[in-house]
Amino acid sequence: MRRLALIAFPYVWLLALFLIPFAIVFKISLSDAAIARPPYLPLLELSEGWDGFKAFLAELDFENYVFLTEDDLYWKAYLSSLKIAFFSTVITLGVGYPIAYGMARAPDEWRPTLLMLIILPFWTSFLIRVYAWKGILSNEGVLNQALLGLGVINEPLTILNTNTAVYIGIVYTYLPFMVLPIYSALEKLDDSLLEAAEDLGCSKIQAFWLVTFPLSRGGVLAGCFLVFIPVIGEFVIPSLLGGSGTLMIGKILFEEFFANRDWPVASAVAVILLLILIVPIVLFQLNQQKQQEAER
Amino acid sequence: MRRFSWFNATSLTLGFAFLYLPMIILVVYSFNASRLVTVWAGFSTKWYGELFQNKDFLNAAWVTIKVAFFASTFATVLGTMAAYVLVRAGRFPGRTLFSGMIYAPLVMPEVITGLSLLLLFIGIGLDRGIVTVILAHTTFAMCYVSVVVSSRLVSFDQSLEEAALDLGCTPFEAFRLVTLPIIAPAVISGWLLAFTLSLDDLVIASFTTGPGATTLPIKVFSAVRLGVSPEINALSTIMIGIVTFGVITASLISKHTAVKQAREERAAERSA
Repeated sequence: MRRLALIAFPYVWLLALFLIPFAIVFKISLSDAAIARPPYLPLLELSEGWDGFKAFLAELDFENYVFLTEDDLYWKAYLSSLKIAFFSTVITLGVGYPIAYGMARAPDEWRPTLLMLIILPFWTSFLIRVYAWKGILSNEGVLNQALLGLGVINEPLTILNTNTAVYIGIVYTYLPFMVLPIYSALEKLDDSLLEAAEDLGCSKIQAFWLVTFPLSRGGVLAGCFLVFIPVIGEFVIPSLLGGSGTLMIGKILFEEFFANRDWPVASAVAVILLLILIVPIVLFQLNQQKQQEAER
Repeated sequence: MRRFSWFNATSLTLGFAFLYLPMIILVVYSFNASRLVTVWAGFSTKWYGELFQNKDFLNAAWVTIKVAFFASTFATVLGTMAAYVLVRAGRFPGRTLFSGMIYAPLVMPEVITGLSLLLLFIGIGLDRGIVTVILAHTTFAMCYVSVVVSSRLVSFDQSLEEAALDLGCTPFEAFRLVTLPIIAPAVISGWLLAFTLSLDDLVIASFTTGPGATTLPIKVFSAVRLGVSPEINALSTIMIGIVTFGVITASLISKHTAVKQAREERAAERSA
């Protein structure tokens, strides 16, 4: 009896506040906005039993999805989100790997402090960390002031409100997600393997590519997914640092909902976004399972 | 033998400079007397004064703290239960769906979570306000709590619980007297994580909030959308200060307990 209550309580909570809401999104994405506000037709009439259900199904259509394919704003936004997520993941890997490598090589007594310094930004507000770049990247910002002062440039660079600023913001805020899994993979690495490789005639660089990097692959993949997956649906970074030319699907969905109030289209945007995310999410799960099995 | 090369040192220095310089600049400019970012007009704390006179910000801060407190507390209870179910309850019908619902919100884009909850609240006719934000935050935060707690539950020795049951404890007593003290550190860090996630959330709160329940991130977002504001720099400095203090204190405490534990273990070995 207690066991049943223990299972039922969190189970019902998640059903009611996670699964059912998502079913509602799915249903509304197939509905028509009669007067751009609820109720959305068709309504499911439970009192009419099976016939009512059939009538309900017959009324649903893919009109909103057809609309998404016709308006090129949407598929451009999906593509550009994937592109931005891909390149920012590559850049974050390039920036994060040397940091994780340096941490793993650092003397033992430094490591807790280094780890704390990487984790500290996790606890600081995401919004504030993105906002910090607004003051740095603007035309009169700290970066342009410094570059002008040093005589590197003659007129201020326009960085804020471009995709460059979005990339900087993403790399900055997601860097800890990349560094931590790579660090934990590198930390476990047995140094005698490297010594063996060098004894057998590898140069240091060869030893890195033949031994260290392949052994850290699980951490690298985990880090890449931890950056790639959330960036696709990112809203705060493109809306604070990006410009009108920055197309990202999270921002479009937010605007579709709050500015245009077109709920059925916003729901269809959400459903497709989720379909896109399923592939990387499943790959991520497989990678995590493989790593857990390797540890056993 | 580890070799810490100049390359390692450079990448660490540059990496940490990249992570911390923006925040340092933000803090420095919160003490600038001028409203403009471009001009350094001398040291001043006037933006802090203005911040504390701004009723809107103070109200939003109070709402945010209330939401975070209740949401993280509910999330900790629900998340701990969920973790216990996942690790200890064995097989039951719908277990796969249950664990799927625990892990899915972790990777679900916030815009989708927010949208779906809003459509639910409208569908059942629940007025949006502080209650709906708390419900929404509890739901996504409980998943993080349950991941943190279940990793701790997996790693501890189940025979301790069995011993308590053999010695006549009811399952609830065994949980309260044996399991809970062991998983307490994970439960506490789960609560802290839930609290910070709730404090920090902009997107889900924007979807689920209503009149009179504007949270601080929503307020900050609308203030900084168009540009830099020194009051927000001051607010950010205060928040960065609190977090830094908290994290450093927590790491000192855990270091202290680790040292103490090691000493006790050594003493126990010697007396044995």
